Amino acid sequence: MKNRWRVLENKIFVRWLSIVSIITMILLLVFFLTLLISSWPAIKANGFGFLWGKTWDPVANHFGMLPFLVGTLITSFLSLLISAPFSIAAALFLGEYYPKGLVPNIFRNVIELLAAIPSVVYGFWGLYTVAPLVSKIEMKLHMPAPGVGIFTASIVLSIMLIPYSVSLIRQVISMTPTSLKEAAYALGSTRAEVITKVIIPTNISGISAGFLLSLGRALGETMAVTILIGNSPEIPHNIFSPSYTMASVIANEFTEAVGNIYLSTLIEVGLLLFVVTTIINIIGRMIIKKVSY
Amino acid sequence: MTPYDIQGLQGRRVKDRIFTSLVWGLTFSCLAVVFIILFYIFEKGIGSLNWAIFSQNPKPVGENGGGMLNAIVGSLMVVSIAAILAIPVGVSVGIYLAENRGRKLSDRIALAVDVLQGIPSIVIGIVIYVWIVKPTGKFSSYSGSIALAIMMLPPIIKNTEETLILIPTTLKEASLALGASYFRTTMKVMLPAGIGGIFSGCIIGIARIAGEVAPLLFTAFGNPALNFNILKPVDTIPKVIFTYASSPYDDWHRIAWGGSVILVSFIILLNTIIKIFESRWKVQF
Amino acid sequence: MEGTILRTENLRVSFGDNLVVKGINMEIGEKKVTAFMGPSGCGKTTILRAINRLHELTPEAKVEGKIFLHSENINEMEAMTVRRRVGMVFQRPNPFPTMSIYENVISGFTLNGIKLKTDEKNHIVEDALKKVALWDEVKDHLKKRATSLSGGQQQRLCLARAVAMKPEVILLDEPTSALDPLSTAKIEDLLYELKGNYTLIIVTHNMQQAARISDMTAFFYLGELLEYDDTKKVFTNPKNEKTQNYITGRFG
Repeated sequence: MKNRWRVLENKIFVRWLSIVSIITMILLLVFFLTLLISSWPAIKANGFGFLWGKTWDPVANHFGMLPFLVGTLITSFLSLLISAPFSIAAALFLGEYYPKGLVPNIFRNVIELLAAIPSVVYGFWGLYTVAPLVSKIEMKLHMPAPGVGIFTASIVLSIMLIPYSVSLIRQVISMTPTSLKEAAYALGSTRAEVITKVIIPTNISGISAGFLLSLGRALGETMAVTILIGNSPEIPHNIFSPSYTMASVIANEFTEAVGNIYLSTLIEVGLLLFVVTTIINIIGRMIIKKVSY
Repeated sequence: MTPYDIQGLQGRRVKDRIFTSLVWGLTFSCLAVVFIILFYIFEKGIGSLNWAIFSQNPKPVGENGGGMLNAIVGSLMVVSIAAILAIPVGVSVGIYLAENRGRKLSDRIALAVDVLQGIPSIVIGIVIYVWIVKPTGKFSSYSGSIALAIMMLPPIIKNTEETLILIPTTLKEASLALGASYFRTTMKVMLPAGIGGIFSGCIIGIARIAGEVAPLLFTAFGNPALNFNILKPVDTIPKVIFTYASSPYDDWHRIAWGGSVILVSFIILLNTIIKIFESRWKVQF
Repeated sequence: MEGTILRTENLRVSFGDNLVVKGINMEIGEKKVTAFMGPSGCGKTTILRAINRLHELTPEAKVEGKIFLHSENINEMEAMTVRRRVGMVFQRPNPFPTMSIYENVISGFTLNGIKLKTDEKNHIVEDALKKVALWDEVKDHLKKRATSLSGGQQQRLCLARAVAMKPEVILLDEPTSALDPLSTAKIEDLLYELKGNYTLIIVTHNMQQAARISDMTAFFYLGELLEYDDTKKVFTNPKNEKTQNYITGRFG
């Protein structure tokens, strides 16, 4: 009797493990279907023109996503560009120059602290510190000087990306076979040459994957950007212009969206964000997995 | 005869030195940025902290003073329910992945978990809105918890998996050889042996969601009153920071700084706990 | 054979395409010590693990043929029941690191969800530890972690853990191969003591060990059973040339 219960309990446990695991796997598919179904009215009403429509006028039920698309892409790529040298340098410092020891370990933990600060606090901090600085630059350039805009958002976003890209790239770099490095040193190369001609080229796919995953993160980053981008649904003129991103338009307008099509359109924006970040993450993860074996 | 590259040597040395200083310089500026940001948050925040922040609910717009008791309670409520939901599921999936390593299905599940980690949190908020808030017709604390629970899963799953695969198989065999079922072997031998890693996975998960606003905007929503009912909307600390930061009132900004410092200290505390766990609480095999 | 406890019928074990145990038919006597010998890769550990059905943990492993415990086919029993009736001690000592010495000895009961009174538990622990001659060394710190013991002590603890369950057969997979000579001697003495009261099957590379403690010796070569007889006969007058070469140290 007791034994039978133990057998049953064991069977239930094994079944539970596979069921929750499979549910976790199909969660992404369920997300996709949820978003697709909920945005279907908007997809039908807005058509393909939605993607390159320049006007966002919910009152007139006129929805064009181009301003958000442009805003998102410029902000993300700019932040990636700003953070790249810092990320690579810190990854080299921790993965190649000083991979072990107390001080590098402290450094790594300090950089990881950047990931401990919530997005909304970054936004708030940026509003008090980065925005006034940018505003001064704008005044010098004789431009309207609101302080907030693409540039401000990108700077803060680039700081937020650093811990993420550093840890990904450091892992890739530290996996470089020692024999390869030694071969290059044995030929008389300097350390800079070993790094630029051996370490970086051999790991280029892993490093790119690290940046790709960071880009995925930048595309979906919401709160800090929402606070700092200026929330203007127009195509930006330059990198100082106030703009809007896909994530922040959802954050700002979702609860105020009156009318089915309006809400559905915002979900459509979410669907696009989901699809793009999913693809980026699948590609990035597959590359990382390939290079780690 | 001189080696043919001797002329370039000087230049190469200089280049090497420039490169090295560049690496040092950029790394140190990263560190500097960390200290600048933290210093600013703490300087602004600690000055703003007072007893009222912890003990009072918000005052109506325009009145000075008040606090964020409602949001502190709300955050604790939303985050702990999320943890209660996510930990059993996350640990189970981690066990499954550790147990079925190398099989096609578990490779796919592992990839899905990685991808899930990269999904923007705001998208998860939308999905939970469609699943729960829309059908029930109201914002609620528990819908926020579910959104956060989904975000917690990846770190719990990965830490559990990575911890369990490091436990020697002989230990599992010892238990099975005594006639213990797989279930009891897992619960009484494997999980206790891996408790340090699994626990830190859970803490990483909590640290990840404690500061999230985006998935709560259209789920837990917000509530200026103190609320303990999981069926009703609730405020959270990060949500209050967002609302107040976007407002024009100085006093609200002050409270938002106070909230920021509470939140950041809490997350740094969690990170410290993880570090202590990883270094100290290790089971010797 | 008189008093047979275990019997295999055409036992075959393969890992993927690799057939490791090639149709073994043998009978193990009750209350006897049987030594499994043979060069590495001859399949002796594989057979041992098949008796405890541990191959089920390895997806690519396939066990064919029959193994009978008394008259029951173990492959038709619950794996948990088989394993509880057949104890096992592994190459390397593997006490549960999260449990105390006391908890390790009693773990066979707690892991199976068997509730015992404190008196009963104390009795079982003392009895088992005395049987493995560990009681005097650890009786004052039973609450200490099992991993605080030395390797030899840990291995005796693992033996106590198996003995506590009162199994019908105890399988020992090279139980001294990871130990120093002194600890090895202690375990050997112990097995010698247990002789007559327990059915033991011991896989060993150590010929002196086999000669000293076993009643029967089985010699395996490349997955086949070449010789199986009284230990004395095997060591003094082996029938098979390969056995002779092995015990005289010409290969292996």
